Amino acid sequence: MPRMSVSHFEACLLFAFFASIVLGVVTRKTDRDRMIYGLRCFGYFVASVFVLGWLMYLGHR
Amino acid sequence: MAKKPNEPAESAPATRSWFAPVGLAWFIPGGGHFLLKRPGRGGLILLSVAAMFLLGLMMRGAMFQPQTGDLLTTVIYTGGFIGDLASGLLYFLATWLGYSQPDMAGHVHDYGTKFLVAAGLLNILAMVDAYEIATGRKD
Repeated sequence: MPRMSVSHFEACLLFAFFASIVLGVVTRKTDRDRMIYGLRCFGYFVASVFVLGWLMYLGHR
Repeated sequence: MAKKPNEPAESAPATRSWFAPVGLAWFIPGGGHFLLKRPGRGGLILLSVAAMFLLGLMMRGAMFQPQTGDLLTTVIYTGGFIGDLASGLLYFLATWLGYSQPDMAGHVHDYGTKFLVAAGLLNILAMVDAYEIATGRKD
């Protein structure tokens, strides 16, 4: 099994990508709604990463 | 007027057998959806759960073992073990093939541990979805 090393940001993006797919698949009723919800979840995940990242950065100054 | 105890509810949906789809959904991620003839959704679930689990293994995440002690220890370790176990066949294959990673310091190991648990938690969501489809609560 190859060993993998990722940054915090890469790990968050990978997590957001796969979690958003499953959240989209299991929540909505039509394929179009599922895709929109999955994309929206991904956007929320990424936005949260930036907001929390800036909060932690400013909190450490 | 009160209903007789043996009279079936008229508006209740017919309860189909949910045990096989939910059991298969646990053992093989997405398997419940394949059984219920939703191959597209099943494939996406299989891809996502398996990818998260494999990424967790490649990051050398640790598998939780159930431990008791104070409340927080019990909740974290037993909950983590249930999360790992929820990946079904992926968890059994990894442990049977000898994957045993000690809990180590470092952000990559830590993310790996979380990816392994998250794969199981996503599979639990898929199991709930398979249950709702099987019982007719969802299309």
